[in-house]
Amino acid sequence: MGKSVGIVESKIFHCKDELALVCGKKLSEFDLIYETYGKLNNKKTNAIFIPHALSGNHHIAGKYHKNDKYSGWWDNMVGPAKPIDTNKYFVIGINNLGGNDGSTSAKSINPKTKKVWGSSFPILTVKDWVASQKKLINSLGIEKLYAIVGGSLGGMQAMQWSIDFPDAVEKILCIAAAPSLTAQNIAFNEVARQAILQDDEFYKGNFYQEKTKPKKGLRIARMLGHITYLSNDSMDKKFGRKLIQGKYNYNFQQNYEIESYLNYQGDKFAMTFDANTYLRMTKALDYFDLEKNFKNKLSKVFARIKAKYLVISFSSDWRFPPSRSKEIVKALLDNNINVTYAEIEAETGHDAFLLESEHYHNTVRSYLRS
Amino acid sequence: MNRLDFIKISEWIEPNSKVLDLGCADGALLKYLQSEKMTAGYGIEITPENIEKGIKNKVNIIQMNLEDGLSVFDNQFFDTVILSQTLQAMVNIEKIMDEMKRVAKNIIVSFPNFGYWKNRLQILNGKMPKSSDLPHEWYNTPNIHLCTVKDFYDLCEKKRLIIEDQLFLTENQPIKYFSNLRGSIGIFKLSK
Repeated sequence: MGKSVGIVESKIFHCKDELALVCGKKLSEFDLIYETYGKLNNKKTNAIFIPHALSGNHHIAGKYHKNDKYSGWWDNMVGPAKPIDTNKYFVIGINNLGGNDGSTSAKSINPKTKKVWGSSFPILTVKDWVASQKKLINSLGIEKLYAIVGGSLGGMQAMQWSIDFPDAVEKILCIAAAPSLTAQNIAFNEVARQAILQDDEFYKGNFYQEKTKPKKGLRIARMLGHITYLSNDSMDKKFGRKLIQGKYNYNFQQNYEIESYLNYQGDKFAMTFDANTYLRMTKALDYFDLEKNFKNKLSKVFARIKAKYLVISFSSDWRFPPSRSKEIVKALLDNNINVTYAEIEAETGHDAFLLESEHYHNTVRSYLRS
Repeated sequence: MNRLDFIKISEWIEPNSKVLDLGCADGALLKYLQSEKMTAGYGIEITPENIEKGIKNKVNIIQMNLEDGLSVFDNQFFDTVILSQTLQAMVNIEKIMDEMKRVAKNIIVSFPNFGYWKNRLQILNGKMPKSSDLPHEWYNTPNIHLCTVKDFYDLCEKKRLIIEDQLFLTENQPIKYFSNLRGSIGIFKLSK
């Protein structure tokens, strides 16, 4: 259902304001690359911001060229007559600071040294991203977003927005997220980081000058990630024990289809993604902890927020399972916040938030309309 | 709005109070209470279709299994908790009664009266009762714990709940006398 937003193009927001980061460092200026779809109404009350997850970017919907193989990463959700309807809403996608698709990142030039940042690029947190996003939103003349719709790490940014800027957003759609990472989540991230850090081509983060990149590490990191985004059942259904050539090879070449799939995903990712971005994104996830500055009481976190919430989880998501979403719901309830919670039956694991399903999409559509 | 059960329940609710509706279906009662009594509150519901309908009705709706208890809510969080036409479908009725006592000051319960004469007549004829209030076959009914008004009084006594007020309806008409025989639905306002 719904159509594509069609051919789109990115824009650059250049911010000359200094940004003081949670880690203590400062960025004297920065760029954010972004895209918009639909039209901002005269009162500027129909804007929806969609923060991206770990490997996402600002290119949410549509294509850059007619012949592009892929559309934006949430094209099934955003477009004319789609759940986030661009006939009604003005939709904004931003590549996070530190992201590798055109925003200021480790591969940018440090204005002070006139050299590539590389390993010296700071580690950013969700709070830093939100602060930088707010500046871009302000530059568009938008005082209050109608909604922020975020899945996974995007959901974390959405929550942070409602806490840091309670008057600047009306509705939060927090999908397949968590109030913090568990030890298991952090463990997966650490294995992914070690794969990159130990790659000989990483050069301690300064591989740009060496005209190379740590592809091996990135491949392994992405392969591991993919395992955690799917459920055991969905992987079994999709691949099972299917063999590529129908027989055992008795060597270490790829033998099973699941191996081929993971290697393909790993290769694709290693070609396009920046290792410093990946490392920093996983750190932002690890360091995200809503309770940290609120005496470890999640209910205190939401004491001052004004936004309404729709919280969505997926039954087979074991990376950010329904129990974590329920923690968010409980904390919102403790503060008498208007909240609706939907736990959606899906067998596709964490990835379910990116996939099309009727009930899920109708829930999002109805909530935005209500 | 001509549903007498909604109107009666609304009479029992204080304006601007906090309400929890357990098994709220599409949220119609919550929506009615929001407009009539400016209540704030939440509904709990398990079926996905009802979550969508609840969103369309602009009520706060939490998808949860009531059988798991109400641990997301603190003690005495609500002024009133409502269990409307849901009691008979619960597995653990005592547990939900205890939970309702824990989360709210006032409790409102409604259920189809198994002692209604048409039900009794069907039993006399050797068949399990079916009616507009009990539309299912015996083998696919979600209503696994049917009781009569008298049975419910006994449970209230055991749970130390006082019946403050009650209303009996048959086909949306109030029944004044011989209610355990003539009422097909009973609605009760309880306090601790």
